[in-house]
Amino acid sequence: MYKYDQYDQAMVDTRVAEFRDQVRRRLDGSLTEEQFRPLRLQNGLYLQLHAYMLRVAVPYGTLNSAQMTMLGDIADKYDRGYGHFTTRQNIQYNWIKLEDTPDILADLATVEMHAIQTSGNCIRNISSDQYAGAAADEVVDPRPYAELLRQWSSFHPEFLTLPRKFKIAVIASETDRAAMRLHDIGIKLVKNASGELGAQFYAGGGMGRTPMIGPMIREFLPLDQMITYSEACLRVYNRYGRRDNKYKARIKILVHELGKEEYTRQVEEEFQHLLSQGIEPPLAELERIKQYFVDPAFETGLSDDLDLSDPDFRLWVERNCHAHKQAGYIIATVSLKPVGGIPGDASADQIRLMAQIAKDYSFDELRVTHAQNIVFPHVRKADLYALWQKLDEAGLSTANLDTVGDIIACPGLDYCSLANARSIPVAQKISERFGTREKQAEIGELKLKISGCINACGHHHAGHIGILGVDKKGVENYQLLLGGSEGADTSLGTITGPGFDEDGIVDAVEKATEVYLANRQGEERFLDTYRRIGMAPFKEALYG
Amino acid sequence: MKILTGNDLRTGAVVWWDGSGWSLHVEDAVDVEDKGENILAREEAARRVFNAYVIDGEKNGGEVRPAHIKDRIRALGPTVRPDLTLKPSDPQAGNWVI
Repeated sequence: MYKYDQYDQAMVDTRVAEFRDQVRRRLDGSLTEEQFRPLRLQNGLYLQLHAYMLRVAVPYGTLNSAQMTMLGDIADKYDRGYGHFTTRQNIQYNWIKLEDTPDILADLATVEMHAIQTSGNCIRNISSDQYAGAAADEVVDPRPYAELLRQWSSFHPEFLTLPRKFKIAVIASETDRAAMRLHDIGIKLVKNASGELGAQFYAGGGMGRTPMIGPMIREFLPLDQMITYSEACLRVYNRYGRRDNKYKARIKILVHELGKEEYTRQVEEEFQHLLSQGIEPPLAELERIKQYFVDPAFETGLSDDLDLSDPDFRLWVERNCHAHKQAGYIIATVSLKPVGGIPGDASADQIRLMAQIAKDYSFDELRVTHAQNIVFPHVRKADLYALWQKLDEAGLSTANLDTVGDIIACPGLDYCSLANARSIPVAQKISERFGTREKQAEIGELKLKISGCINACGHHHAGHIGILGVDKKGVENYQLLLGGSEGADTSLGTITGPGFDEDGIVDAVEKATEVYLANRQGEERFLDTYRRIGMAPFKEALYG
Repeated sequence: MKILTGNDLRTGAVVWWDGSGWSLHVEDAVDVEDKGENILAREEAARRVFNAYVIDGEKNGGEVRPAHIKDRIRALGPTVRPDLTLKPSDPQAGNWVI
């Protein structure tokens, strides 16, 4: 994985020193909160419901064991012994003290991490496929390109004060595991008919109060023009994106209002101009970056056999493991969704254990997924049972990936100052209602996503079943959506009708699954059945 | 009744105006009537709190409670982690929050 050069390290170290001084000046009264707020946000420090919250960037979700160990140590040393992995492949700490923050950032810098651009109207952490570099179905490892985008977007002077925040995802397989088309810019690395690699660009996707699926604006772009084209996309947005209304300021509104054709025309015009300016980084830089992402030293000639005689292990392998490109290896996902647990939370001990397992069994690598789970990308099949046993001892062997128990949930009103309703208790109740392995096996793949407000951090628009918490005259109320997806078949969910109270929404989810089971044909997933039979049978069951 | 809340500048902790200073416990909050904005301006200037605002409160079982659910959750802590609330050893402590 990528190693900082002297410029990366100098930038991060300098930022830590700068923020240390800013915190000192805030505490001694030289800076007002109004002056300080944008400075702390630029360093990932929010004020949430109970305390300061620090969001730490995990570029394209990739970590090594030293970094993961540090995340666990920070949870113990500066927080309350746990961290929360987010839907943007980052980690958040919920109980941070302002006066500790410079020391936390200094600790992070020692393992090449930071919290820069995890807030504010700038280009946020670049997200990617959690199986990058390991998946059998990718055309190329997308991470070097994500890293190039990270370097381009970090401290980019033109794009630090955009109309609104800006999120970019990069993938390289047909199976979209990063919700690519629901990003401000989605980049899909593809091969053309001649076998050449290129980038397919999508723009104007997003969730929030106005969900949009990003349309394709460029079918194939030579990879040595990727940064130039990205710059053109951002320039047009930065120039014409609305600044008068924050709810209409995302690029999706601009693309929608201009129309895909006009936005694309303007981008192409800007792109031609920028090509003449020579802003693309030299190929040598991309080649330098690529050297950090070469395959680890995989052994060859390994057997693909697995002893699945332990039924619990077998279930976990079937649910939580994924094909690896290298014979004899497998990708293993740790679900951070135990029955009745808090989605995405992990204790400091669990975080450090996962770090150690990565060191022992996965070439020192881990990934954070946008579904709030952790991946060991390169595990020898011969080691998989031993790895699973260690997870099992730590309560990390829940076998529920992509089932109704693998719920994405935002922090909701238990932690978030923007939320209108709690997300986590609803996730816990649903997880318990569908907690048996028999129930989960009967239902199969069902992606359920919960947001505690219209900002949609819990991706409710993209859930096969989505839940949106709202405030109804001071009382929590939950709307149910059906038919969303964030994969290769991206779609937006539709609200079923009037909302439900906290217990009612759990019953409503169960009724929806009953309709599915009663109407399922063959191997159909919940989403397939919904798309075939439509909303009417579900409405009938829910509202009679 | 009107009560004042904010966050401690150094720790970020949720605090309540008790008439002479800031308390971690909402039970200590006092009715500031129409004097809230003046108190907030003075206290923020002294850097004792930030993000301070006036909210509606009510007497519930003799105790001061915020009227809105968001501030009731702020007052005690996350409903899903009783161990992290202000009263981790009292399982009934959050009965009034939701």
